[in-house]
Amino acid sequence: MGPALKLVVQRVALGLLLLLACSVLIFAGTMILPGDVAQSILGQSATPEALANLREELGVNDPPVQRYFEWLFNALQGDLGTALTNGRSITESIGSRLGNTLFLAFWAAVISVPLAIFLGLLAVRYKDRWPDKLISAVTLASISIPEFLIGYLLMYLVAVKLRWFPSVSMINDTMSLGEKLSAIAIPVAVLTLVVLAHMMRMTRAAILNVMQSAYIETAELKGLNMFQVIARHAFPNAIAPIVNVVMLNLAYLVVGVVVIEVVFTYPGMGQYLVDHVSKRDVPVVQACGLIFAAVYIGLNLIADVVSILSNPRLRHPK
Amino acid sequence: MKDQLNYLAARAAAGLMGRREFLGRAAALGVTAASANLLLSSAVKAAGVKKGGTIKVGIQGGGASDTLDPALGANATSSQVTRLWGEPLLELDPVSGVWPRLAESYEASADAKTWTFKIRQGVTFSNGKTLTAEDVLATYERHSGEESKSGALGIMRGIESMRAEGDSFIMELKTPNADLPYLLSDYHLAIQPNGGKDDPAAGIGTGPYVLKSVEPGVRFVGEKNPNYWDDTIGHAETIELIVINDDTARVAALQSGQVHMVNRVPPRTAKLVARAPNVTVHSTAGSGHYVFIMHCDTAPFDNKDVRMALKYGINRQEMVDKILSGYGSVGNDSPIGASYPLYTEMEQREYDPDKAAFHLKQSGFDGTILLRTSDNSFPGAPDAAALFQQSAGAAGIKMEVKREPNDGYWSEVWNKQPFCTSYWGGRPVQDQMYSTAYLSTADWNDTRFKNEQFDQLLFAARGELDEAKRTQMYADMSRIVSDEGGLICPMFNDFVDGYGEGVEGIVDAKQGFELNNFYAPMKMWLA
Repeated sequence: MGPALKLVVQRVALGLLLLLACSVLIFAGTMILPGDVAQSILGQSATPEALANLREELGVNDPPVQRYFEWLFNALQGDLGTALTNGRSITESIGSRLGNTLFLAFWAAVISVPLAIFLGLLAVRYKDRWPDKLISAVTLASISIPEFLIGYLLMYLVAVKLRWFPSVSMINDTMSLGEKLSAIAIPVAVLTLVVLAHMMRMTRAAILNVMQSAYIETAELKGLNMFQVIARHAFPNAIAPIVNVVMLNLAYLVVGVVVIEVVFTYPGMGQYLVDHVSKRDVPVVQACGLIFAAVYIGLNLIADVVSILSNPRLRHPK
Repeated sequence: MKDQLNYLAARAAAGLMGRREFLGRAAALGVTAASANLLLSSAVKAAGVKKGGTIKVGIQGGGASDTLDPALGANATSSQVTRLWGEPLLELDPVSGVWPRLAESYEASADAKTWTFKIRQGVTFSNGKTLTAEDVLATYERHSGEESKSGALGIMRGIESMRAEGDSFIMELKTPNADLPYLLSDYHLAIQPNGGKDDPAAGIGTGPYVLKSVEPGVRFVGEKNPNYWDDTIGHAETIELIVINDDTARVAALQSGQVHMVNRVPPRTAKLVARAPNVTVHSTAGSGHYVFIMHCDTAPFDNKDVRMALKYGINRQEMVDKILSGYGSVGNDSPIGASYPLYTEMEQREYDPDKAAFHLKQSGFDGTILLRTSDNSFPGAPDAAALFQQSAGAAGIKMEVKREPNDGYWSEVWNKQPFCTSYWGGRPVQDQMYSTAYLSTADWNDTRFKNEQFDQLLFAARGELDEAKRTQMYADMSRIVSDEGGLICPMFNDFVDGYGEGVEGIVDAKQGFELNNFYAPMKMWLA
C-alpha cells in the first residue's frame, strides 16, 4: 500500500470517528436544552391537562443513554424518526429539503467557484494594477455587507422594480428546470457575492506564493507567456490550499444559508431546522445536526484527499 | 364631485378605464388611494363577482413543524389552511357576526343551557362521506375528552352532555352560556368525518377547497371543491398559500405581484407600503391588545394606589403613535375594546402625571418598580417599556426596565413575575375573554385579579339572554377591571393586511382576525 493510499484511508477513518463524536455531542447538546416541547407545541393557550397528555404521548421521559443508542442505530439504517410536532417522517421531510438545499448550493457553486478562480488568476496576472485592485475592492465589499442586506437590495432592484426574477424563491416538483432556475436566480446571485471574495483571495494568495519559486522563473525564461506559466506551472502546485477554501465555502453553501432561505422563503434545510428549534422538536434538530456535521466532515475530507493526491511526492514515492 | 367619482368607478368597474388611471383621476379629485380603492371595489362588486383564477396568499405565522390537525393549530397559517378544507358549525362573519354554516339554524332553551343545532343536509366531505349529526358529535368529543390536546379544550369544558338525534345535534351545558354560537365558530372546531378520530391530520372536511399539496411551513394548495354546498364562497379556482415569515420578503412579494394578499404588514412600514400604486393596505380593529400586567396580590401592586399611579402614568396615545405607528386604538385598562359585540364605551383614562403623583403619594410607596419585558411579548415591547419608564418618571415613579430573553418568556416570566409586558390575542366575546383571564379561578389570571362582584356578574351574564341587560353587565365588568384590576392596557393593535392589484371584494371587517377572519381568499376574487 502506497503512502498516499494509506493516508487517505487514515483520513476517512478519522472522519468517521469524528462524525460519531459529533453525534454524541449533538445528542447531549439537545438533551440539555432548556424548554418544554409540549409547551412549545401548544403555545401560550395550553391548559395543564393538555400539556401533561402531550408529554406522556411524546415519551420524553425515557433515560437518555438508551434513547441515544436507539437513535443512532435507527439513523444508521436511514430512519431518523418522526417529528414530535407534526408526526411526519423526518427522513421524508428532510429528503426534499436537503434536495432543495443541495440544488441551491450546486448552482451557487457552479457559478461562484469557476468565477472566483478565474478572477483570482486574473488578479495575479494583473497584480497591483487596476484589474487586481478593482476585483479585490468589489469582492471584499460584497463579503463585508451582511448577506440579508445584499438580499434585500437585489430583491428591491431586480424583483420589485425591474420584475426580472421573482422575490419568493419557492420551488416545487411541478416546476420545470427553467422555472426553478428563474426562481433561485436572486439567491444564487447573493450567495455568489458572499462566497466569492474568500475563494478569490485564497486563489490569488496561493498562486502568488508559488510565483516566487525558482521553477516559475525557469518557465518564464523558457519563454512561456504569463497565463501559460500560471495555468500550467503555478496553479497545479497551488491547488491544495485552493481546494481547501473551496470546500469550506461549499460547506457554507449547504449548512450556512439559513438567512438567505428565510429572506427568499426558500424551502431548504436551514429554514426547516430553525422552525423546529423554535418548537423544541428535538428529533428533527438532531437529524439536521447530524446531516450538517456529515456534510462538513465529508467536504473537508474531500479537500484533504485532494491535497494528498495532488502532492506528487506522496503519489510517486521513491 | 361624488357623482363624478361614481361615474369613474362605474367605468373602471366595467373595464372601460384602467385601475391605475382611475386611481390617478380619483387622486386628482382629492380622494386618497385607499378610499378610492374601496369605492372601486364596491363598484366592481355591483358589477359582479368573477369566478376562477388562482389567488395567492403570502402568509406569516407558520412553520415546518405545523400539522393539519385542527386541534393543534395555533398560528395564522393553521387557521387559514383549516378554513380552506374545513368548516365549523357556525361562522364569525367579519361584518355581520355569527352566521350559520354547517348548522342550518340553532336555538337555545330559555335558560341558555340546552342548545339545539339543525345540521345542514346534503353536505358531503371531500372523501365522499355525507355529513351527519354524528360527525359533529364525534368532532366535539375529540376536542373535549380528558385526553384532548385541543386548543379549543377551554371552550369545550362547560359541556355537560351532547347527543345526536336525527339531523339535530344537542348540547347540554353545565352552566348557561348565551355566547355558545360565538365559541363554536372557533376554527379549531372544524367538523371532520367521524370527528377526525381515525386520522386527525387528514385534512378531510366539508370546506370550499380540497387540499392538493401540503408542505408545512412552505406552501399549501387548495382546489375548488366541486361539491361545495354554498356558491357564494370560494370564487377562485385555486388558492395557494405561501408561508413567508420574513416581513420584508412578504411585502416585496406583494409589491412584485407574486402574491395577491398578505397578512401582517408591519405597522412601521405600512404607510410607505400603502404609497405604492398597486398595493392597498387595509387595517381592521382587532381584539388583540398589548398590555402591562401587575399581580394584584404581590407587593407593591397589592396597593390600589400604586396600580392607579401606574395607570395614570402611561401615555396611551403616544404608545399607539410610536409602537403601532397609528395602526391601532387606545386602550382603557380593560381587555374589552370596540370590536367586541355588546361593547359600551367608558370614559377614557388619560395620561395625567399629577394624578399619578397623587396616587403614588397616597400609597406611601417610594421604591423602584421592576418591569420585565422581552421582544416576543409583543412587537416593540422593550420600546414601549422605555416609553412607560419615561412617562411614569415624569410623575415621580421610579421604574427599572429589565430585558428578559425571548426564550422561555411565556413559561418563566409571564404569569409568574409580578409586573411584565404581555400580549393577548383577544377572544370573540367578552365572556370568553373574562373567563380565560379575569375570573378569580382562571388558570391564566395573569393579573391575579380576584373580585367577587365581578365573578358574580360574569356568571349572571352567561345566562342572560336579554341583550340590553347583558350589555349593561359587561359595561359594569369593564369598569371594575379598569378601576380595580392589575391590567394596564394602553393599546389595541389593528390587523394590517395588504392587497395587491386586481383583488376585489375587500370589505371593512368589524370583528374577527386578520384577512377578514381568514375568509378573504375565499370571499374575494380576481378582477
